[in-house]
Amino acid sequence: MTITPAHLKWPAGTDYTAVPYSIFNSREVYDLEQEKIHNGPTWNYLATEAELPEKGSFKSTYIGDTPVVVTRGQDNEIYAWVNRCAHRGAEICRERHGKSEDGAYTCVYHQWAFDAKGDLRGVPFQRGLGGKGGMPKEFDKTEHSLRKVRVVNYCGVIFGTFSDDTPDIESYMGEDVSYHFKRIMKGPIEVLGHTRQYIAGNWKFYSENTKDPYHASLLHLFHPTFGIYRASLGGGTIVNNDVHSVLWVESSKEDESKLDDVKSDKTRTYQEGTYQLADMSLLAGAKEFDDDTTTVIFSLFPSLVVHQIQNTLAFRQILPKNENEFELVWTFFGYADDTEELRRYRLKQLNLVGPAGLISMEDGESTELCQKAIVRDGDYTNVLEMGGVGTGTDDHFVTEGAIRSLWKGYRKLMDV
Amino acid sequence: MSNTNISLELKNEVNQLLDAYVQCIDDDNLEHWPDFFTENCLYQVIPRENHEIGQPTAVMWCDSQGMLRDRITALRHANIYQVQWYRHITSHPVISTEDGNTIKVQSNYAVFKTCNDGESTVYNVGRYVDVIVRENGVLKFKERTAIYDTHRITTLMVIPI
Repeated sequence: MTITPAHLKWPAGTDYTAVPYSIFNSREVYDLEQEKIHNGPTWNYLATEAELPEKGSFKSTYIGDTPVVVTRGQDNEIYAWVNRCAHRGAEICRERHGKSEDGAYTCVYHQWAFDAKGDLRGVPFQRGLGGKGGMPKEFDKTEHSLRKVRVVNYCGVIFGTFSDDTPDIESYMGEDVSYHFKRIMKGPIEVLGHTRQYIAGNWKFYSENTKDPYHASLLHLFHPTFGIYRASLGGGTIVNNDVHSVLWVESSKEDESKLDDVKSDKTRTYQEGTYQLADMSLLAGAKEFDDDTTTVIFSLFPSLVVHQIQNTLAFRQILPKNENEFELVWTFFGYADDTEELRRYRLKQLNLVGPAGLISMEDGESTELCQKAIVRDGDYTNVLEMGGVGTGTDDHFVTEGAIRSLWKGYRKLMDV
Repeated sequence: MSNTNISLELKNEVNQLLDAYVQCIDDDNLEHWPDFFTENCLYQVIPRENHEIGQPTAVMWCDSQGMLRDRITALRHANIYQVQWYRHITSHPVISTEDGNTIKVQSNYAVFKTCNDGESTVYNVGRYVDVIVRENGVLKFKERTAIYDTHRITTLMVIPI
């Protein structure tokens, strides 16, 4: 039987243009999401293969809020399992990342030992001591593996799913997301480091944010303030399988006639040369793809957003912690064959993105603004009518079409 | 090089620089913050987890006084964030120098952040690793690296550490 909390009741007749606020702060909804989405038929980002370079390498992470360890076994294959001892439920792996020299993962509590696949290898005093105690004779170690995660290595990125019903990864992500995955994973990557952000907002507000090209030039004012970016750059949004999306910007398609609309609108967006950068080297970069795309932000629901913003490249992992908080883990990368010059560009441009990013630090803030204000009136809804009421792909930025698509897919996944 | 070879005058001078730096930030005199650095400098705020394994990703990374000024211009005129105040508490520094001209300094810091709701939280804790030089008679940071333990940044970081 499907349990449908009252909070998940969509207002009648609105399709996907109105989302009730109660789904952003209800524990019931949150728990149902963990069951139906994160533990359901979805692929969740776990790691880059570059973070598991050797036999015995491991990394601790999460699927939703379930702690998961991803490992490279002695057979060189990638495995993942829930980080919870099959004996008494204790956390097994206590480090963020590292290497198990002997390939064993041993719970500190009673030293039950597991291998990289999550299979139980050893139980201390299984046969008792001096003929006393021990596990029953019929105790079968093969029946006490860790809860295993099905994994796939797609273009050097590791995804995991708990469900047997999750389709193959390319079918799951769709044609355009798959294209952009292959584009950005064009060669072996080098991880440049992580940054972590803890945000007092519901994780779905961030999903909306990363599918929302409308806010980019209105909330993020670094570029317009310094006269660098204009809302009229060419680009658009693409939706794959409702819940995944691609936001892209092309530098060569600037249309001056559109600028006049922005100027006459007198929004904050267009400020010509109000301030100037004292050091323009922040913007220095190199063209590194065989196209004119300068920014692409694509998301693989529910846990991953990938970006190329100029020469910065990152995986952003969305980790829900409860109905009111999530963590955002950024993994920045370049390519193993980067020139010294390109690497320098990347490191300097990291000022633009991430928790202290000059052009996008506001995303966490906007999420918190929403969370603070929806405490009551859960049956009130937002308004998602920019660009019409339809779902799907648009060839411009003045749209909330990808967000409407998200809610369409969300309702399917949640069965409401 | 041991501390014993450092004159009391130099120690005092270094201490004054460190104190004036945090006072400048906490008093919201951010327009003067870049003046604590040499023209060519390195200021970075880097999570300890990256620093420990030699990964270069920092949340702030500026290699000129101009970039520091741009941070402040953006903070004042472009970036959007809730009203917030910092309060830095710093430890006594450990000071060493080989030649008396380039001074290496390390100190611990804790930054409390207070927002409009009136709650003060421990926002960022770590250590400063500095290279200090004398420029026109005045001590300045040639390098200041804030290596932070609090690797989970709450919401965002807009004000420098």
